[in-house]
Amino acid sequence: MTWETVIGLEMHVQLATSSKIFCACATRFGAAPNSQICPVCSGLPGALPSLNRRAVELAVRLATALGCRVHSRSGFARKGYFYPDLPRGYQITQFRHPLAEGGAITLVKDRELLGLPLERVHLEEDAGKSVRRPGDERALVDLNRAGVPLVEVVGRPWVVSPALAARALRALRRLVRTLGVSDGNLEQGSLRCDANISLRPRGSEALGHKVELKNLNSFRFVERALRHEQERQVRLLQAGRTVAQETRLWDPRAGQTAPSRRKEEAPEYRYFPEPDLPTLALPSGARDRALASLPELPAARELRMIRDHDLRPDDAHALTAAPEVAAYFEQAVAAGAPALRVAPWILNELLPRLEDPGRAGEAPVAPAGLAELLALLADGRLTTPLARRVWARMWETGEGAAHIARAEDLFAARGGDALAAQVCQALAAAPKQAAELRAGKQKLLGFFIGEVMKLSGGKAEPREIRRLLREELER
Amino acid sequence: MRQDQHPMDATARIRQIRRRELSARELVQVSLQRIRSLDPQLGAFLSVDPEGALAAADEVDRRLDRGEEVGPLAGMPLAVKDNLATPGLPTTCASRMLQGWCAPYEATAVARLRAAGAVLLGKTNMDEFAMGSSTEWSALGVTRNPWDPTRVPGGSSGGSAAAVAAGLCAAALGSDTGGSVRQPAAYCGVVGLRPSYGRVSRHGLVAFASSMDQVGPVTRSVRDAALLLSVMAGRDPRDSTSLDLSPPAAPEEGRGLARGLRLGLLADSAEAAPSAEMSAALTRAAGTLEQLGCRVEPVQLPGMDMALSSYYLLGAAEASSNLSRYDGARYGSPAGAGPFLDGVREVRGGGFGPEVKRRILLGAHALSAGAGRDLHGRAMAARALLTAELRDMFERFDLLLSPTAPDIAFVAGAHRDAPLGMYLNDTYTVAASLAGLPAISLPCGQGAQGLPLGMQLTAPRLADEALLALAAAYEQAAPFPTLPDLAGQQEVRP
Repeated sequence: MTWETVIGLEMHVQLATSSKIFCACATRFGAAPNSQICPVCSGLPGALPSLNRRAVELAVRLATALGCRVHSRSGFARKGYFYPDLPRGYQITQFRHPLAEGGAITLVKDRELLGLPLERVHLEEDAGKSVRRPGDERALVDLNRAGVPLVEVVGRPWVVSPALAARALRALRRLVRTLGVSDGNLEQGSLRCDANISLRPRGSEALGHKVELKNLNSFRFVERALRHEQERQVRLLQAGRTVAQETRLWDPRAGQTAPSRRKEEAPEYRYFPEPDLPTLALPSGARDRALASLPELPAARELRMIRDHDLRPDDAHALTAAPEVAAYFEQAVAAGAPALRVAPWILNELLPRLEDPGRAGEAPVAPAGLAELLALLADGRLTTPLARRVWARMWETGEGAAHIARAEDLFAARGGDALAAQVCQALAAAPKQAAELRAGKQKLLGFFIGEVMKLSGGKAEPREIRRLLREELER
Repeated sequence: MRQDQHPMDATARIRQIRRRELSARELVQVSLQRIRSLDPQLGAFLSVDPEGALAAADEVDRRLDRGEEVGPLAGMPLAVKDNLATPGLPTTCASRMLQGWCAPYEATAVARLRAAGAVLLGKTNMDEFAMGSSTEWSALGVTRNPWDPTRVPGGSSGGSAAAVAAGLCAAALGSDTGGSVRQPAAYCGVVGLRPSYGRVSRHGLVAFASSMDQVGPVTRSVRDAALLLSVMAGRDPRDSTSLDLSPPAAPEEGRGLARGLRLGLLADSAEAAPSAEMSAALTRAAGTLEQLGCRVEPVQLPGMDMALSSYYLLGAAEASSNLSRYDGARYGSPAGAGPFLDGVREVRGGGFGPEVKRRILLGAHALSAGAGRDLHGRAMAARALLTAELRDMFERFDLLLSPTAPDIAFVAGAHRDAPLGMYLNDTYTVAASLAGLPAISLPCGQGAQGLPLGMQLTAPRLADEALLALAAAYEQAAPFPTLPDLAGQQEVRP
């Protein structure tokens, strides 16, 4: 029997507000424990929540970009459970009346847009953090994170591969970054993902027993954990056994999932409408304004870049990981650089120099500067190694490519006696290999090209060296 | 003339202070003296802050000396129910769970009164977490009715009502969820106002049932209640349910106000029939109001049958959630080492009293999907029906007249083992709570053993001003100058 994998993702996006969702406390990551708390977010008796308008705006922006039906009226509810890092004993979330429903995460697959449908998008507050220190029996509670605004994006069950599910999460991160609604940082937890996965016989409509996976705090883990779980379930089902409906934790060191040790009781959250917050009524025109203010969305941009510039799909995807990078690319192309040269240059030479791709716009070399450099490379006045050296100097000095190449004598050597002499010198320096090459061992051509390149200080053009080598050998 | 009619109300005292006929310090000293001599028997206060009160009074006097502006409550000695956050004094909710807990912030209602010159004397006893109708569920002390020490002062704001009735303070704050300001006011022969839901900020009021909790004044006169409300009311950004409305104006004087008002008389309830004395007092009150020019007509409110059970279910549901924060991690006597949930059980088991536990259980059950009958949803539906019914009724009537409670204050211990009997005390008050309506209790005569009886006026939502106007007109026509026979009560007048 062949099996079909059904994957559901629940993603939490931390909104990039400067203050928490129900109070004025800061949301800065990494602050000293319990330094960003107040009576409201630490749940002191008598303190009441007041909704952060900015959080609503950002959530509406995200929901609009996801193509959801954004409701003009939604409501908050309390989800009750006892946990040390939940200071009120309930979480304020949206339950029966979410901010938005429907919509999809859109990505590019096979040069087309693919929408993976969503169930709902709602606002809620984050909980605090329980911290355990080695050798300490106690759990310490840090409430800095309590009350940080989250949007929960709940996917519908998708029939997709683990790799595609991970790509959907990447697409969401790229979207929230493009929109500026979140920094989408998985390591710091500003983007989180729980996944559930079940298998069913191909063609069946029913859903199998699903396993929930937690602790998926990197894209790689999402994919690997899902793949591992998929294989584990196939093995069980092939052996005629059933999959237990349970929560499993991904153990990145062991590379496998294991049942969660937390006691699994049927969850009883005792939801009811939050009486401390009135109905969330969006200001009239809020939805239209959100729609009008959307930038070009990353999936659409990726597809357009593939089609307009004939880019490799992987390159287009990588270039649209951050909107600043895509903008850099497009500005360089607009300044006259050939797209097929710009793309690898950005991916291989620009991005490694940036700590944060989001700051591509502030790179010391502007897109026009890169265009100038690539023009010199295209017309042969610079070789690739020379261009890299010029690039490094541009990065340091902020000067133009031609200026640097001229001032530092980095233009490519063009044929001439010097290079011919260096070719002879290289052949003379390695007589044994030279003899073999003459005898027809073509593989050694590369060796001598490298040697000549060294002698030229990297300024020679490989094509020119090859021509001179051939001439010399035929002599 | 009004001053004479209310010789000892807060408004009269404040006037004396502003005219320098009396210093704020003198008035606060009288209060402190009475607390010292009477409260050991009465038990109205859980904490008193003599130094703080005298310092605040001196500040008022200093400002007056310098000719500076003083607020409309200059020098008014104020008692505050112990579920309102006050700086410097514990806020215990009369619970072992919060014993000794000091809020690091101040309730908006208290802050606004103090900013207007009120002087905080101390905090008053109550039923634990405001759950109860007799103050007997306080874990921290017994409060007696100033009219008869064998009887309860009502609840849950029993300490506030007893303190006002006994002249230990000029006015007090209570909180009213299902009648917790109105019923103790009735039992103690004073005025208790529940403002429209949203009029007064709940910021700093320790939550019991958030959708119904409302801070309200307990006073000696209607005009005092209006005065306190006018200072407390108004939008507070820290309470999203507070309304952005200008505070209701103080009632104007004159009998003409009541002329032509249509009044529905809700004289009876099958669940908790009023005593003969209560019925008679209500009939007399209706007569007085007719003399003032009101048209009084008996009404039935079928939805009231559902009101009490809906109220208890919804109130308990919200309470079970609001009280979840007392998980042992921060409040109550610390749990021993062990798993978190064991600590939760241990601390909550020892920290909450029986009535609080009963409501938490009821509320958690009502909310649990496992109960399978959507009890909470059905109670919400009943609440919506009742609210609609009241709205329709207020198409035909301007106000509603009813008893506040079925009878005079009951004897302590009468309902200790029968919670439902206690709950029936709230039969007449919960409708306004469920519908968010303003309602006031004011004395309307004396029942058995001369104990006070209270009547309740209820107005449409946000018609607090009309409510206070009619209550003031009634009070003027049928004054209730009688005070409990306590040592020195008549000597309050300096």
